[in-house]
Amino acid sequence: MQDVVRKTIGRLALGLSVSLPFAQGAAAMEPLQAIGKGEGVLNVVAWEGYAQDDWVKPFEAATGCQVHAKYAGSSDEMVALMRSGGGDQYDVVSASGDATLRLIYGHNVQPINIALIPAWKNFIPQLQSPDFNTVGGVHYGVSYEWGPNTLLYSTKVFASAPTSWSVIYDPKYKGKITVPDNPIQIADAALYLSKTDPSLGITDPYELNQTQMDAVVKLLKAQSGLIKKYWALASDEIQLFTSGDAVVGAAWPYQTNTLQAAKVAVADTIPQEGATGWADTWMISAKAPHPNCAYEWINWVTTPKVQAEQAIYFGETPANTLACKEMDAQQPGSCAQYHANAPASYFDSIKFWKTPLPDCGNGKHDCLDYSAWQREWQNIKG
Amino acid sequence: MRRFLSAFGWRHEGAANAALLGLPALWFAGLYLAAIGALFVTSFWTVDSLSGNLIPGFSFTNFQQLLADPVYTRIGLRTIGIATAVTLTDITLAWPVAYAMIRLAGPRLRAALMAMVMVPLWSSYLARVYAWRLILAHDGLLNWGLKAIGLPGLHIGYSNWAMWIVFSYLWLPFMILPVAAAVERIPPSLLEASADLGAHGLATFRRVMLPMALPGMVAGAIFTFSLTLGDYVTPMLVGGEGSDFIGNVVYSNVGVTNNIPFAAAYAALPLGVMAVFLLIARRLGAFDAL
Repeated sequence: MQDVVRKTIGRLALGLSVSLPFAQGAAAMEPLQAIGKGEGVLNVVAWEGYAQDDWVKPFEAATGCQVHAKYAGSSDEMVALMRSGGGDQYDVVSASGDATLRLIYGHNVQPINIALIPAWKNFIPQLQSPDFNTVGGVHYGVSYEWGPNTLLYSTKVFASAPTSWSVIYDPKYKGKITVPDNPIQIADAALYLSKTDPSLGITDPYELNQTQMDAVVKLLKAQSGLIKKYWALASDEIQLFTSGDAVVGAAWPYQTNTLQAAKVAVADTIPQEGATGWADTWMISAKAPHPNCAYEWINWVTTPKVQAEQAIYFGETPANTLACKEMDAQQPGSCAQYHANAPASYFDSIKFWKTPLPDCGNGKHDCLDYSAWQREWQNIKG
Repeated sequence: MRRFLSAFGWRHEGAANAALLGLPALWFAGLYLAAIGALFVTSFWTVDSLSGNLIPGFSFTNFQQLLADPVYTRIGLRTIGIATAVTLTDITLAWPVAYAMIRLAGPRLRAALMAMVMVPLWSSYLARVYAWRLILAHDGLLNWGLKAIGLPGLHIGYSNWAMWIVFSYLWLPFMILPVAAAVERIPPSLLEASADLGAHGLATFRRVMLPMALPGMVAGAIFTFSLTLGDYVTPMLVGGEGSDFIGNVVYSNVGVTNNIPFAAAYAALPLGVMAVFLLIARRLGAFDAL
């Protein structure tokens, strides 16, 4: 009896000593060496529009992995979902650049063996090993698609495209404005202020000290009185524009495509101040119950064909350079329309979402971290 | 065996009660009280902001943050305020229905009215809230109707007004039923006596019916108030800017921000409000009317 107890304790201790080093540092787990037989199921956390039947059904038929998709409305929600229930509920997530580092440092995702992803070598260079999904030379994800956050407007109200983001802060449109219910929205206001009020000295909309944040919050609090509704899901914004409750707002190209397909009189634009944007990465959960299906999925969605389908459906730009030809084959002119052949300067002009950290990137450490952004956002919404 | 059990139960009343109440008591203690206990304990924990791991311990950080930031006081007051407004609205709406159902209607009409009150409860809560969203929208049924009779449109979709209307609609049956039961319990002879003594209808209502039906109204208020206080779906769907409830902050801290301790600390507020409310309700005799 005593022996059994001692053995159990010994095993527990051994288990602890083995697992403890794994709990520290970013690079701990060994990536998959070869893709084995699929497990038959794949649980996906994705943005709305990222798991469409057009490419999910053929994937299921080809690999036998049944896809269960759960849509998230914000990066925060994605992180929370990947951490829920001990982290073994979902296999893959289409995380944006403001969520990836949180997932990596939270040990929620596993390293990727990039040799098992053949499409990777055809990615645009900026998205092969970007610092938001590759840490210390270790890949924690595979880049997917990217694009700008746009200004969506009703063409019944605006005869020509607004040239400035100022329209979403304009009392003229009181009660007809909608913006995402998402703390990262603070960066949109910061980008606008960095152009309209240079005295604040905002160089990066994700690196704000308290003085700069106070100015941004002041602008957003004034805006909140003009807002019809802070939208949580893309479908909310689509309904607001369909019913005419909103006539101008911050959006993704996806909403524009969906609304235009439904014959609602809307268009979108990138105003002169520029735009924030996203670059998404497929990541695999550290405790993924179906890792083989997860790799199969990443390989499937990085093929030029699916990259093109996704780009046209959502209105974004694929990471895989070979997708351009495929896009034009599916919808003539779409490669240029969605910037799949644009020069590197276009990519560099977008201020991609990233996790706000205390490190300001200029030697100072007085910037506000993301939990401060979340508190400020609740304050703005009231 | 059956005989033995019944004889045993007759002789040992305590054992019989224990056997009957055992399972529900276990359920109550194990699931309900334990969950509330866990909520209180968690509210003193904190979260590591980068990794999102829970840090057990004992700190007042969450409560300090709740008190320091006026936005949480505002959201708390908004939630309690709308819950109160909904309760008062439902009392006002429930009275005529309950009175007509009990005092004026014949048996068949009464059964039909009762069924009409109950039927909405059989359909999905979400379907009804979405229906209201369409009714109150910019180009919805309400504005279409107003336009048809030559009135200007109302812009109450996605606002606190919309929440007030939808909540009042949703919980109305829970007010009508206890008020009707309370009205039924008032002996008609008292109303006749009141009339014989020269009181008008209104005076009889105010001085005889209202005080006697008070426990029923308070019983209904327990439902309408607590259901509104704890809701977060209706604010999410029909609310506009500045429409967050306590429940929305709890929801976004659990499901979005992953700050469970902070959510637990804020969730303690409605628990406290309900405890005070129930104490007052008991004073007013609401539990005898349920």
